[in-house]
Amino acid sequence: MLSLAVAQTRRDLAIVVRARAEALQPLAFFTLAALVFGLASHSPETRAAIAPGVVWALAAIGAALGTEGLFRRDVEEGVLEQLLLHARPLWPAVLGKLLAHWCVTGLPLVLLGALVALALQAPAAAMPTLALSLLLGTPTLTLIGAIAAALTAGIGRGSLLVALLALPLFVPTLIFGASAGFAATAGTDATPQLLWLGALFAAAASAAPFAVAAALRVTQEA
Amino acid sequence: MAFVASPQPEPVLSIRGLACHAGRRTLFSGIDATLRPGDAIEVRGANGSGKTTLLRCAAGLLTPTAGAVRCAGDEPPLYLGHKPGMSSLLSPIENMRWHMALTGRAPSNGACGAALKAVGLHDERHAPCGRLSAGQQRRVGLARLAMSETRLWLLDEPFSALDAAGRELALGLIAAHRAGGGAVVCATHEGLNLPNAQVLRLPC
Repeated sequence: MLSLAVAQTRRDLAIVVRARAEALQPLAFFTLAALVFGLASHSPETRAAIAPGVVWALAAIGAALGTEGLFRRDVEEGVLEQLLLHARPLWPAVLGKLLAHWCVTGLPLVLLGALVALALQAPAAAMPTLALSLLLGTPTLTLIGAIAAALTAGIGRGSLLVALLALPLFVPTLIFGASAGFAATAGTDATPQLLWLGALFAAAASAAPFAVAAALRVTQEA
Repeated sequence: MAFVASPQPEPVLSIRGLACHAGRRTLFSGIDATLRPGDAIEVRGANGSGKTTLLRCAAGLLTPTAGAVRCAGDEPPLYLGHKPGMSSLLSPIENMRWHMALTGRAPSNGACGAALKAVGLHDERHAPCGRLSAGQQRRVGLARLAMSETRLWLLDEPFSALDAAGRELALGLIAAHRAGGGAVVCATHEGLNLPNAQVLRLPC
């Protein structure tokens, strides 16, 4: 079971390496969109004040858009039907897939998010906390986004539906993540928010792989 | 009591009263079939007659409207469908390694390389599958057959896109599999003329 998860992660990472340009797009989107906020805000003080919120909002939007294609290639190429046929249970393969996806979309945001906040003139002392909040929060976004992606896996390409389904479910993570960032920039203790992010991650990690597996089975029945 | 029943081997696949609908239309109903080791069934029918649906029901990928499908030992069959089941960005050998892991075996470059050599793809084994021709991609599917340890094969139009040599190769793999106690279900619109195969005609 675990060996399949490892094989799945390795396979998906190998695919990302081949499709580098596609994998870099969400990160480029994140950076550019954050700079757009920076350019549109009227003073350095405003920029610094909104920085954690901008970083977290864009992380959530980027995750919602990025998970849209999570299963598309697998559906089109018949890889998903092979997984459904042979992977019993399915969740270890799902977990392997999500780990690979997070390594490419979430993990870089931990560093990039802090750098972007710095570019928006947020205090440097707040960066470790902001990075930690992203480290705890982005896996939750991937896990929840994957449920939405799995539910719509049978529909086909270019569907904004994933974002519409996923964004409302991102709200608790977004609130605690942004709140942790704001606490850090204000110089107050962010521990409660970080604990909440950890709790949300634990809940998502223990439920989402099963929910994704069940949703994938349902979509293939149609 | 001189009568001694010859021991019948346990069926690899048994289908009882299978029926499936596409919307309101009945694709097929009352399909019965039993496959014992060494048997083969050719599922014939026109385009849209439900050959693929029947195969997907047999594989357990679709739930039929009525009837039951039972595979020996609840082992998942090898299903070679229209879709390749391979990533076009990965090389044949990478795809084969993943298939080995998927079927619960330790991935080995040696075994994958040997299977690809058997289907004539030794030189292309490290090229992305997307760069191969349609027939070569189909041969990667045949390589899955060559290294299969699964008793039941479900093949959907196994000859599509294959050249004459490829067809011979596929027929050889099927014959060897049956000789080794395996069973095969082939969906085909043209007829494969497998030796001693049952023919299941789907109404249109």
